[in-house]
Amino acid sequence: MSTAVVSIGRFFRYGNFAIGIALTGLVGLTALVSFFWTPHSAILIDVAAKFRPMSAQHWFGTDHFGRDVFSMIMVGARNSIAVGVVAVSASVTFGTALGLLASARRGWIEELLMRMSDLAFAFPAVLTAIMITALWGPGAINAILAIAIFNVPVFARVTRGAANAIWAREYILAARAAGKGGLRITVEHVLPNILNVLIVQATIQFALAILAEAGLSYLGLGAQPPYPSWGRMLRDAQSYLFEVPEQAIYPGVAIAIAVLGLNLLGDGLRDAFDPRLVRKR
Amino acid sequence: MSAVIVRRLLAFLATLLATSIVVFVVLEVLPGDPAQVMLGVDAEPDAVARLREKLGLERPTTVRYFDWLLGFATGNLGESYTYSVPVLELIVERLAVTVPLALIAMLLTTIIALAAGVFAAAHHNRPGDWGVMLFAQLGIAMPNFWFGILLVLLFAVTLGWFNAGGFPGWEDDALASFQALLLPAVSLAIVQSAILARVTRSSVLDVLREDYVRTARAKGLSKRAALWRHGLRNALIPVVTVMGLQFAFLLSGTIIIENVFYLPGLGRLIFQSISQRDLVVVKDVVMLMVAKVVIINFVIDLLYVVIDPRLRTAR
Repeated sequence: MSTAVVSIGRFFRYGNFAIGIALTGLVGLTALVSFFWTPHSAILIDVAAKFRPMSAQHWFGTDHFGRDVFSMIMVGARNSIAVGVVAVSASVTFGTALGLLASARRGWIEELLMRMSDLAFAFPAVLTAIMITALWGPGAINAILAIAIFNVPVFARVTRGAANAIWAREYILAARAAGKGGLRITVEHVLPNILNVLIVQATIQFALAILAEAGLSYLGLGAQPPYPSWGRMLRDAQSYLFEVPEQAIYPGVAIAIAVLGLNLLGDGLRDAFDPRLVRKR
Repeated sequence: MSAVIVRRLLAFLATLLATSIVVFVVLEVLPGDPAQVMLGVDAEPDAVARLREKLGLERPTTVRYFDWLLGFATGNLGESYTYSVPVLELIVERLAVTVPLALIAMLLTTIIALAAGVFAAAHHNRPGDWGVMLFAQLGIAMPNFWFGILLVLLFAVTLGWFNAGGFPGWEDDALASFQALLLPAVSLAIVQSAILARVTRSSVLDVLREDYVRTARAKGLSKRAALWRHGLRNALIPVVTVMGLQFAFLLSGTIIIENVFYLPGLGRLIFQSISQRDLVVVKDVVMLMVAKVVIINFVIDLLYVVIDPRLRTAR
């Protein structure tokens, strides 16, 4: 099925998609609004106001530096989305290109690329991040790099698998007979027909990237202070678990909402792109 | 069958060798001068020179690489720069925490996921199925370290049944040590079993639609008997694949969880080693963790051949 003709109305018949887009939209909107407005500064320290409970003034209370937790959550959304978008875009670009190349050329190039992706698979994102950090120190860019490196083979494999199925179709044979070369067939026929699969996979990897970023920044390997990140907020909250236990809740809920939203969105997109799957399940 | 195994063995060894080259290049060649990295930019040139000599950095890169590989075969992994003890000793000590943690977590994952997955498949499109799927969806969205913190909040801070973290050591108090691993193992297992339960459910559902299961039902077997006698072996293939991937990645999961619960395992060792810039330890532990992923993938490959006889003749 071609991508463009899937009507919006049909998308919304799927509950997953509707809930997914609502949650993802909420997180996206929060990040967007945080550029213009937050209840308080998410960075300014006011130690005199530390550990304030929930109130009309501080909706989620304040942390050990007296910063407004609600504002930090808002700005943290920006960080999670930025890391996810950049890491996934980079890995989609490289992974898809490699997968398409493997599929178009087959033979030893395919074999080599797939063995390389086996190799990259042996390095979980946390380990890659640790190696990068050992070299260049911690930081948001290094977290992005580690997550992107981990995701490249994911997209390379998915692309190759889907593209191989397309290359076996009759319309490719027809395009060949018409004298089109490998590059032209890839761009005009293969890529448009695997776009659905890639969009679904990218949504799911985006969710995984947000989880990975949270884990890395929890360990202190992600965004550095003073910029708030949900993972590091959890780390800080853990240090004051006995004083302000409720602060270990908010950043976790924020992460879970973002990941749940993207996962549901991915499921919904898959169902919408391929309704046969829905009936089968 | 043996040809398949030999082919997979060769691919496994090649992957292992390639990963070792990557680790070595990233942690020993790319930094330029590892001694300078370890001591920091402000270090005295004399101290850097001494460390360089101690680490044998004057020798050619290839010699150092093969020496390092040989070290893995002989157990001579060098000496930690910060702890001044052999790295092997450090690793063995830490494995006594990480390996039991990973095993308990994997055991819990398997029990929860198989039970929930088969239950959901048996109640397909009924409330039991929806309930399991809802919990699975929530479990997948939760970072395991957050779940760990919530467990600490409930069982340590509020109820006081467990310690918030730490590890007494097997020799000192085996029971308390086991207890110290329970909450971390549960945090790892809940999230993983959510994923595995989904895989199990859809795999069992797929198998139940197969012709041979229908045939078995037609000859009078109950749904349950048909599943157990004919279906489960086939349903297990995707489940085993995902279990293998999960077990392989469990070690990286333990890096975070060990930090949540202050467990002196391999994950905490590698994490402390980065902050102390102890590249010797980082390099060895990273290699060990990566090797584990590769070895488990290889074992899974072999397991396929055992589970599915068709693969014995396949390419």
